[in-house]
Amino acid sequence: MNVRIAIVGGGVGGTLIANRLRHLLHGDSRRETQITVFDAAGTHTYQPGWLYVPFEQQDPRKLLRPERQLLQHNIALLSGEAGRVQRIIPADKQLLTADGQMHPYDYLVLATGSRNAPEDVPGFAAAGGADHFYSEEASVRLGEKLARFSGGRIVTGVASVPYRCPPAPLEFTFLLEAALRERGLREQTELHYVFPINRPFPIETVSEFVAPLLDQRGVQVHTFFNVDSIDPERKVVSSLEGEDLEYDLLVLAPPHRGQQLITDSGLGDRDGWIPTDRNTLHVKGYEDANLFAVGDATDLPVSKSGSAAHYEGHIVAETIAAELQHRPVQQQYHGRVACFLETGHSQATFLWFDYEHPPKPPKPRRLWHLEKAALNTFYWQLIPPARV
Amino acid sequence: MIGPVMIEREIDARGSHCPGPLMELIRGLKSAQEGEVIAVISTDLGSNTDIPLWVQKAGNELVAVEKLDAEATRFVVRKHVRA
Repeated sequence: MNVRIAIVGGGVGGTLIANRLRHLLHGDSRRETQITVFDAAGTHTYQPGWLYVPFEQQDPRKLLRPERQLLQHNIALLSGEAGRVQRIIPADKQLLTADGQMHPYDYLVLATGSRNAPEDVPGFAAAGGADHFYSEEASVRLGEKLARFSGGRIVTGVASVPYRCPPAPLEFTFLLEAALRERGLREQTELHYVFPINRPFPIETVSEFVAPLLDQRGVQVHTFFNVDSIDPERKVVSSLEGEDLEYDLLVLAPPHRGQQLITDSGLGDRDGWIPTDRNTLHVKGYEDANLFAVGDATDLPVSKSGSAAHYEGHIVAETIAAELQHRPVQQQYHGRVACFLETGHSQATFLWFDYEHPPKPPKPRRLWHLEKAALNTFYWQLIPPARV
Repeated sequence: MIGPVMIEREIDARGSHCPGPLMELIRGLKSAQEGEVIAVISTDLGSNTDIPLWVQKAGNELVAVEKLDAEATRFVVRKHVRA
């Protein structure tokens, strides 16, 4: 019998799962399995690299690779209209793509990621509103503005949670502070950091680590600041809590939502996140329907990050392979995430945690910065092929 | 139990970890009318400090904090009325 495994999304999670499954399935189970990745863009983007684009430390074109090049040759890739999934019908175990084709499947993995939702904050996307580095286009535009910046007040931070790569807005702030210093603009620039809860990071131990660093760098922190609206004419950002902050440049992680496809298919919560079992990664309510979710698309209480998608991807690949090989499932997901946090001046720290064990960030060192740089370079050889 | 207070919407955030329950409350109040009452149920210990602190900072009113069982607490909040 031929087993059809459909993977929607060619990001970290989707690509890794496809390649890992190819590796785990051998003999009869390989011959009898058809793996198909649905990815409309057909291009894989290393999103963490966008952080460096505004500082001219990264060429954005080097963050892109054709998805086909990252998949083993015996994995099918559908892109363009043929890869644009418009509806998921779990009751029939079928997908509908934009070219009108129905695709039956036996196993389905949703690795659909998240999307920026600037429309959730009035004024965010207006000219003179907020900038960000959560897309190639936005990070390039922000770089152009930073190059012209000659002093004033910069407000950085996060519009609302959840958002992708939780350390990134802090990293941006530290890199910005260092860059302003190098350009001789630090004295002429006031830096403010806003965050929705009562500390500068969702995890308490990391907050305790970064709060003194922000203080040392002269960054004024505004907690319990949930961005409610932005007035691009007056250049004022207002919080739900009633605080107004003027800015010359405003750099905020935009609001995020799950993909429209998930909402349209009735699989998401109010914001489009997929309710997902925190250990098995089955989509809740579809435990017996061979339906899994990984990465940003889920509602799991872990970082929306490539790292989480990477660890989750290994678990889903192992679970599906074990079922096809009639052996017990060996592993479950326990919330593992590992990532670096740049602290500026060519230093970084390392965050390693899971559901039960919060991170204990070590003192910033050059070594962690170099390791992050190495990961940024060797990502293509390590993560999508599932070598680690 | 809350006597005369009419709860417009109750959000069950049990099992969600910090800052999940607080953010659920913030989202709920953002879409509520002024003067409406929203409740959130949390099993996260951090909510015991985070939610009252945020309610005060945002100028809302903490109507009640009720222990539902060994793990779950219900926070009942009225959205501020701006003068």
